[in-house]
Amino acid sequence: MKHIYLDYAATSPVHPEVFAAMKPYYESQFGNPSSIHHFGRQARRGLDESRELIAKAIGASFDEIIFTSGGTEADNLAIIGYATAHKEKGNHLITTKIEHHGVLHAFEFLEKQGFAVTYIDVDESGVVSPFEISNALRDDTILVSCMLGNNEVGTVQPVKTISELLSEHEAVLHTDAVQAFGMEVINVDELGVDFLAVSGHKLNGPKGIGFLYARKGLVFSPLLHGGEQERKRRAGTENVAAVIGLQKAVELSIENIDEKRSLYEGYRQEILKVFKEQNIQYEVNGSSNHYLPHILNVSFPGLSVESLLMNLDLEGVAVSSGSACTAGSIDPSHVLTAMFKDESRSHSAIRFSFGYGLTIDDVKEAAIRTAKVIHRLMK
Amino acid sequence: MIYFDNSATTKPYKEVVETYIKTASEYFGNPSSLHPLGKASERLLNQARELGATYLNVLPKEVYFTSGGTEGNNIAIKGTARLHKSRGRHLITTNIEHPSSLEAFQQLESEGFEVTYLEVDENGVITTNQVAAAIKSNTILVSIIHVNNEVGSILPINGIGQLLTNYPKILFHVDHVQGFGKVPLRFYEDKVDLCTISAHKFHGLKGNGILYIRDGVRVEPLMSGGKQERGNRPGTENVPGVVAMIKALRLSLQASKKNVESMEKMNRWIEKECFDLDGVVINSPTMRAPHILNMSVIGVKPEVVVQALAEKDIYVSTKSACSSKQSEPSKVLEAMGFDNDRSSTSIRLSFTYENTMEEAMLFVQAFSSTVETLKKVVEKK
Ligand SMILES: Cc1ncc(COP(=O)(O)O)c(C=O)c1O
Ligand SMILES: Cc1ncc(COP(=O)(O)O)c(C=O)c1O
Repeated sequence: MKHIYLDYAATSPVHPEVFAAMKPYYESQFGNPSSIHHFGRQARRGLDESRELIAKAIGASFDEIIFTSGGTEADNLAIIGYATAHKEKGNHLITTKIEHHGVLHAFEFLEKQGFAVTYIDVDESGVVSPFEISNALRDDTILVSCMLGNNEVGTVQPVKTISELLSEHEAVLHTDAVQAFGMEVINVDELGVDFLAVSGHKLNGPKGIGFLYARKGLVFSPLLHGGEQERKRRAGTENVAAVIGLQKAVELSIENIDEKRSLYEGYRQEILKVFKEQNIQYEVNGSSNHYLPHILNVSFPGLSVESLLMNLDLEGVAVSSGSACTAGSIDPSHVLTAMFKDESRSHSAIRFSFGYGLTIDDVKEAAIRTAKVIHRLMK
Repeated sequence: MIYFDNSATTKPYKEVVETYIKTASEYFGNPSSLHPLGKASERLLNQARELGATYLNVLPKEVYFTSGGTEGNNIAIKGTARLHKSRGRHLITTNIEHPSSLEAFQQLESEGFEVTYLEVDENGVITTNQVAAAIKSNTILVSIIHVNNEVGSILPINGIGQLLTNYPKILFHVDHVQGFGKVPLRFYEDKVDLCTISAHKFHGLKGNGILYIRDGVRVEPLMSGGKQERGNRPGTENVPGVVAMIKALRLSLQASKKNVESMEKMNRWIEKECFDLDGVVINSPTMRAPHILNMSVIGVKPEVVVQALAEKDIYVSTKSACSSKQSEPSKVLEAMGFDNDRSSTSIRLSFTYENTMEEAMLFVQAFSSTVETLKKVVEKK
């Protein structure tokens, strides 16, 4: 039986071109970018070029890109870093109830440090109302964080509108673009964000690397103190090869966004078509207007996530119940809980997610196997 | 090519790169995922942790994977101080720590902690007695670099560890980034509570490290997020990087057993040859790690020496890599009491197991002619 991987939102395999770009930096250009000799300069050049290209890709400039060990660190650096550096200015922060734990737990940490945090609700399609955010603004609000695309249900948030509503306020805006990157066209000025977090392993890049965009002039405290790297905003010997891989992954992931979107749109339709044909009862979770096409979250009324996952596993279909980081415990998803009063809907939800290398035939086969499992479980 | 800058970073072993690519291709699942691909990654991660623990002679649950030495030092220092501040706000370290420790302490000072920076002697070491004398009733942490990255001095970890057994409430962190695989450290016997190592210093890949946290010791994490590394270090695990690091750990320990003595001989031999050169002074103490040799060419800017050698395809460094950009005097050499002539002209050679006597001889030849030429240029001016 062929195993079918439909969990690209949890993590994705490294693209062969990404490996190819990284390899020389392990084999011959292995220097420490801080060294002044040939090997150091080679590494420095690779690092600088990658920074330049990544900056360009999102309409930012060279020194607005800070390399981190991944999405969680980028989120933490923006949120904890900015809040702690500006606590004299204000004590109030705003975020949403559907953020990834890398954001949500950073805010909970700040609450313990004495900050007041407002967690904005979402509607049944998982959308945050920009007006609720502007209503929550206080004079002492210093930071707003709202993700661009949700990792569980794929809903895309009105970040641009939020930014417009914030234009008269001194609060800065952070967005977690870890899932949206490569699906949405991102230009930091158009989006109007001050911080933006991206992670390599969601884009067929390596694990252990990501970046934070931080608008020029913004002051924030580093999480890691030490050397002069990343202009003292993130100490530690730079992970050069991974940065090179990240750059390649960024490049590949934005060069054919339209094609990818229509491809994954097709995958979604295929799955739902099979479900219809097979008379499966289902409800799609998330927005039907603006969503990340690579994420499809579906509830199967009357079934439980645990038995669904177990049986899909036996059928060789790899999906997830929510974001991977919480999957270990199968607690009810905080995202679905925020969306639905109805607990059974969140207890029967499965996330299918698509990525590089997946074919329509695999998707169809996975949908058929899923339908089979559901029929069996419904008996 | 002669690469004598292994304290800045090492070339990853071929097998390590192969392991990395193989793991990244075959085990790309997220260890937190429940499906077989995720489970396989999780198993591999656990195996890596167990193997790593075996090589380090500790328990698997005492091994935490980090993004490198800087993060290890930061978690250990800020993480213990912040968590235990209600018990006391006094911390002890030395004045020759790596910036990733030093600046973590400076940050803590700005948060209201009091830090004692013990001063090293002309050999770049402190004594156990200095630590004993600095301990106060509100001391909560002692953090000491094991092998200094600029001069290779070896600090008395065992003595300090034994001393601290009399103070069960004081935690002991060791920055073992330069010591690993070169100067043995016994985490249990030396009574170490937390210990930092970094993969790219032992032929692993950049962006990976281990923080050892003794069972029962707690830290306040620097980041919040998922439950990875038992909450102490959230973020999707870099499984391929970790597996590659454990490979590097094993290969380095093997190579160390085989070659550390010849490395030391080579180091001594270069020292002896360079000592005889006019205008060259040795800054490293006699008692030092086998892989580091620091010296000064008096009157000549160290960048010039580094570049002149580089033209002959020989790579050494000025001070430590992280501060190579600035041509200020070395803080470590100043701490050892050297005057400005010496502390602003130092170059560092750092070796690895695969370096040979032949390379050493070529180096000495090239170095002596370089020094001779440069001295002439300087004198003419
Ligand atoms: C939306 C979102 N933010 C942040 C993260 C964390 O990124 P990383 O795993 O690179 O730490 C993830 C993925 O785990 C995510 O989906
Ligand atoms: C003694 C010492 N500690 C810590 C570090 C920091 O390690 P990393 O480069 O992995 O952040 C280094 C090297 O840069 C070092 O030499």
